[in-house]
Amino acid sequence: MPAHKGFRWSTLFIHLFFVCLTLTMVIPLALIIIVSLTDEQSILHNGFRVIPDNFSTTAYHYFLKTPDTLLRAYGVTILVSVIGTTLSLILTSTMGYTLSRRDYGLNRVTSFYVFFTMLFNGGLVPFYILMTRGLQVKDTLWAMIIPGLLSPFYVLIMKGFMSKIPYEIIESAKVEGAREWRIYAQLILPLSKPALATLGLFIMFNFWNEWFNAMLFIDNQKLVPLQLLLVRTMNSLDFITSRPEFASAMVSFDMSQFPSTSAKFAIAVMSAGPMLLVFPFFQRFFVKGLTVGAIKG
Amino acid sequence: MGRYREWQGTATHFTGKEEWSIVRRNQVSRFIGRNIELFTFSLPAVIYIFVMAYVPMFGAVIAFKNYEYDKGILGSDWVGFQNFEFLFKSENAFRITRNTILYNVSYMLLTTVFALLVAILLHEISKKWLKLYQTAMILPFFLSWVVVSYITMAFLDHQNGFLNGWLTALGFEKVQWYFDAHVWPYILNVVHLWKSIGFSALVYFAGILGIDAELYEAARIDGARRWQMIWNVTIPQLTPLIIILLILSIGNMFRGDFGLHYFIPNNNGMTYSTTDIIDTYIYRALSTLGDVSMASAVGLYQSFVGFVLVVAANFTVRKINEENSLF
Repeated sequence: MPAHKGFRWSTLFIHLFFVCLTLTMVIPLALIIIVSLTDEQSILHNGFRVIPDNFSTTAYHYFLKTPDTLLRAYGVTILVSVIGTTLSLILTSTMGYTLSRRDYGLNRVTSFYVFFTMLFNGGLVPFYILMTRGLQVKDTLWAMIIPGLLSPFYVLIMKGFMSKIPYEIIESAKVEGAREWRIYAQLILPLSKPALATLGLFIMFNFWNEWFNAMLFIDNQKLVPLQLLLVRTMNSLDFITSRPEFASAMVSFDMSQFPSTSAKFAIAVMSAGPMLLVFPFFQRFFVKGLTVGAIKG
Repeated sequence: MGRYREWQGTATHFTGKEEWSIVRRNQVSRFIGRNIELFTFSLPAVIYIFVMAYVPMFGAVIAFKNYEYDKGILGSDWVGFQNFEFLFKSENAFRITRNTILYNVSYMLLTTVFALLVAILLHEISKKWLKLYQTAMILPFFLSWVVVSYITMAFLDHQNGFLNGWLTALGFEKVQWYFDAHVWPYILNVVHLWKSIGFSALVYFAGILGIDAELYEAARIDGARRWQMIWNVTIPQLTPLIIILLILSIGNMFRGDFGLHYFIPNNNGMTYSTTDIIDTYIYRALSTLGDVSMASAVGLYQSFVGFVLVVAANFTVRKINEENSLF
């Protein structure tokens, strides 16, 4: 890093640039929080304001009174993320390990077999038919888990990382009579922890933000994950307000006062918020992942 | 590796004809013996890839059929290129192809230029600030397009949106953003840049960190100024990375960002002329129109051209620098 001492105008400008950039990134997020906290009457009269006339937490009260829908969506998302990430790491690491072994006789064939799928795919329709008619996973959690289990790109990264493990380690274990699964479980996996952590996080985020397969395959209200809940509430809140639990809990509320606009944003905040609070802790893994060999494999 | 070579060497010593089949059988069984364990390891992934990637590839024949649900893929009648004819005769094919390519080109150029700029500037500041800026910049990367669509709606909503509020405050007319096709190329580019710049900048920043510090040292001894170092050290050193990433994105020119083009314009029919891309078109053909054969024809068209582009892109990389080619 080129270190420069003392005050420089250019440094000031650079900081100015980054302060502007930071604000550009953060302000839109702050604004939807403000909208979710704006009193419905203020929105009706003045539209969204950066500093609204009246703040109100009514939108949140409604949902915290009947948290079932939201909690359920959280449950589905968490379940899908955990199962999906675990299975995905098993598949990615076993395949990555096999490909990292240059002495594996089928190495080239398998490499082609895996990476050809990056170049050509059957498209959405055959995929849809496979999932609904072939695997029959429509309206099950598997519909959200199966499609994201293995990405050739992650296999490439995993392979790149595992190739750097000296072959002598494997060879000496073999000389001592260790079988392949033992070498994999007791030597390779512990040594690959950084790659497993990084890829695990990437995969987990993909499952967390998954909406495409949910949109295609999930009709059952009980299996709606967070992102699909957001898709459905985008255009109308009926999805939540028409639920019987909601209606029965709302007897004490005057439904004509329901803050429909701010409520939409409250849902967005409640579903995206927790992850945005957690993610800065993971950020360094993402940066690390880039240097693990993401580009060159 | 070494052992494998040795064993191959000994195998060639057998020359007699009658011994050949024994050697052969021996070789095969030894090959299986040596590799069966590793093969078992790869088996789950191999099966997964077969089912999820290769089976649908054969399913692509559906594009040449008139798909009927109860007859299934194999049972439906062949119609040859009829689905494609129908597609290319409509103006949709041109529109979605043009939109997909133009958007991808502008995303690619904008993101590369801005991400490079940000990465280079990040390298010029002290570590303590670096972390703060990095965190802020990458925030949008962690949001799904669905969440981002809520943010854009807060700005663009016709009745209540911030933008219209500010426009009226300044004495302008309100704009019906979601109905006006002309504004969408700008909006989509801005939103895409906003979400992707943090991550792309990090990729380039990681590249800059990999540059040999001695190069900067030498430049400093030569009395180079700050911008001279950027121009003469950083940029030339990053060029290979920039080229790989550019060529990779050329290979992906036919694959659009479904989430961006579906959620941000709120799937509004009035703006399809400037927002609809191949991916959103296929989705709509399948989910709303229920036109399975048409959707699969578009899908195969996309996969095929995409495949040609990737191979061509890789061929180009190989010509420039063999090490950087993907395969």
